[in-house]
Amino acid sequence: MLPRPDPELLRKRNRRVAIASFGFVGFMVGVSFAAVPLYDLFCRVTGFNGQPMIGQAAPATPGTHQVTVRFQAVTHPNLPWQFQAQQPQMQLRVGEEAVAFYTARNTSDRPVLGVSTYNVTPDIVGRYFHKTACFCFEEQTLEPGQSVDMPLAFWVDPRIAEDPQTRGIRAITVSYTFFRSLNDAERSGALANAGPHVGRAVR
Amino acid sequence: MATAAGAHGAHDHHDHKPGFVARWLFSTNHKDIGTLYIIFSLFAAIIGIGLSFLMRLELQQPGMQIFADGQMWNAYVSAHGLIMVFFVIMPALIGGFGNWFVPIMVGAPDMAFPRLNNISFWLLVPAFLLLGGSLFVGGGAGAGWTIYPPLSDAEYQSGPAMDMALFALHLAGASSILGAANFITTIFNMRAPGMTLHKMPLFVWAMLVTAFLLLLAVPVLGGAITMLITDRNFGTAFFDPAGGGDPVLFQHLFWFFGHPEVYIMILPAFGIVSHVISTFSKKPVFGYLGMAYAMVAIGVVGFVVWAHHMYTSGMDVDTRAYFMAATMVIAVPTGVKIFSWIATMWGGSMRFDTPMLFAIGFIFLFTVGGVTGVVLANAGITQILHNTYYVVAHFHYVLSLGAVFGIYCGIYYWIGKMSGRQYPEKLGKIHFWMTFVGVNLTFFPMHFLGNQGMPRRYPDYPDAMWGWNLIASLGSYIAIASFLFFFYVMWVTLRRGEQAAANPWGEGATTLEWQVSSPPPFHTFDELPRIR
Repeated sequence: MLPRPDPELLRKRNRRVAIASFGFVGFMVGVSFAAVPLYDLFCRVTGFNGQPMIGQAAPATPGTHQVTVRFQAVTHPNLPWQFQAQQPQMQLRVGEEAVAFYTARNTSDRPVLGVSTYNVTPDIVGRYFHKTACFCFEEQTLEPGQSVDMPLAFWVDPRIAEDPQTRGIRAITVSYTFFRSLNDAERSGALANAGPHVGRAVR
Repeated sequence: MATAAGAHGAHDHHDHKPGFVARWLFSTNHKDIGTLYIIFSLFAAIIGIGLSFLMRLELQQPGMQIFADGQMWNAYVSAHGLIMVFFVIMPALIGGFGNWFVPIMVGAPDMAFPRLNNISFWLLVPAFLLLGGSLFVGGGAGAGWTIYPPLSDAEYQSGPAMDMALFALHLAGASSILGAANFITTIFNMRAPGMTLHKMPLFVWAMLVTAFLLLLAVPVLGGAITMLITDRNFGTAFFDPAGGGDPVLFQHLFWFFGHPEVYIMILPAFGIVSHVISTFSKKPVFGYLGMAYAMVAIGVVGFVVWAHHMYTSGMDVDTRAYFMAATMVIAVPTGVKIFSWIATMWGGSMRFDTPMLFAIGFIFLFTVGGVTGVVLANAGITQILHNTYYVVAHFHYVLSLGAVFGIYCGIYYWIGKMSGRQYPEKLGKIHFWMTFVGVNLTFFPMHFLGNQGMPRRYPDYPDAMWGWNLIASLGSYIAIASFLFFFYVMWVTLRRGEQAAANPWGEGATTLEWQVSSPPPFHTFDELPRIR
């Protein structure tokens, strides 16, 4: 028969382990929220998943390697805009800065704010595709019926021709998806509605 | 109402049980809370299995039979999944057997925080009511158990049903976290003298690893569904690209929780099966340390494989290659466990009582599920099999047949200990064979349906898939009948079962719970046992 351990000591040890456990829990909750900005930062730095690099100036002398850049435009159905690229594609040398244009026209009878998401495909060229200026960096407002040209200035890093993983890539697709900004959608009462195909068949 | 049990005269002073309300509503006794958990789990299982019965009725033939529309179907499928995961398997294995036997096996008088234990249990009840209630509010919460946005957004699941389900998950998660902290503290601090970590029974090891997984995984689910709740109700845009959110973020967070969650459900069953195999082979478990550290390895690696659930979400090929390799690595510690169980049986003096049948059934079915898991781990094959019935077959083989066989195994193994009455062997065997035939008939044809391309989460299918669906439905009726038969077996056990001896299994049963009486006195180990 053994003596029981000192209850006061045991209580203290139990409390310590419990506090450590809840510390883990707090940490994991914190990390799951921190994942939002951290993943964003990670993509910006590494170009992961086709995130283009932003704000670096093009080199003085372009390289010789040629790439084709294609332009894609997608509009969310909730945004009453006509949005398209002015040129389907362009040829340029690596390291050469180029400017391309998109056109957007507001087809509704009220001012509409749009915001776009963007990436490049194939995913791995994100770190070699640089945007120096882009309409996608901020929200765009279009008055009723207004049509604007939206510029995009970019260059492709010459190192794309040296990296064995990207050496064979001849075409890069630049993609934009325009959404109605949430605040605007809320103001105009046009928050996305799933439509009659969702939910109960018989209401 | 102090009842002194005559059979344990020596323990009379332990057996001053509190009155009904104090004992069952304000219970702080680990055995009573364990009993509450098991009863709760069986009750939730009636609902969960009832839902699957309706689903199989619907799928028995092509066309719409009993469900009004797809949303109603989705709501029932989601409720079935969530109930089975959070309110049947986890309460039975972790709350039920964990509470009952972890303190006894480590020689502790009770859990470290008895009152916290009580809160853990009673958080589950409102959680279950909220989830069950969500079925009857509006169109129900029909976003699957994975609750991916945008389907779970306010846009597609308007109305409070989805919020009720999310809040239910919050409560169930809080319950699991409190329980996990309690288990960790108990196992670290309350072991009897001489019970070193490397002498702990494997069930306790399983619970320790499970508790750590809960502690690290469930808060991430909490974070994800908090984001979902604020997206739905407070105008944030964590998952909405229109507001700068990331539509795939939820899947990452969910599966960072969801993958460890599947190990949370299976590890305790691993522990139970280890004890049962060893008991009925009259041999110590083969490769004890390997068994313990295989569970640790499964737990650790389980945290870095989550994106194998997301092969079709547009990840680049390198990422998929990594997750594919990491996933297959898990087959190694799992293989260690399977082979060690077989090696434990090898040359043993085996007895095929009901718990042993369920344990061997577990090994067989879990291996089948594991093999299809290795198939699904391949990113290329999953492009085809993603979201088909092949996946449904896979996870039901490891969970519905694996974890549930673990629960049955534990109940038959320990019912004599818990209730003081031994189950009738013949009825137990009938129950095993009915269940075994039923679940295999239900789920094996789903492999074929998946290979034919039948997608998950639809109440209807082309006529060409009728045959295997009919067989699966018939099998499920056998399985459901076996579940009802199980209640009959339990009723017979509790009413007319033989008095169980302290150790009804003989020399193979070596863990501490077999050294206390059946049922154990209200307070066990007032005097600490010494472990050599």
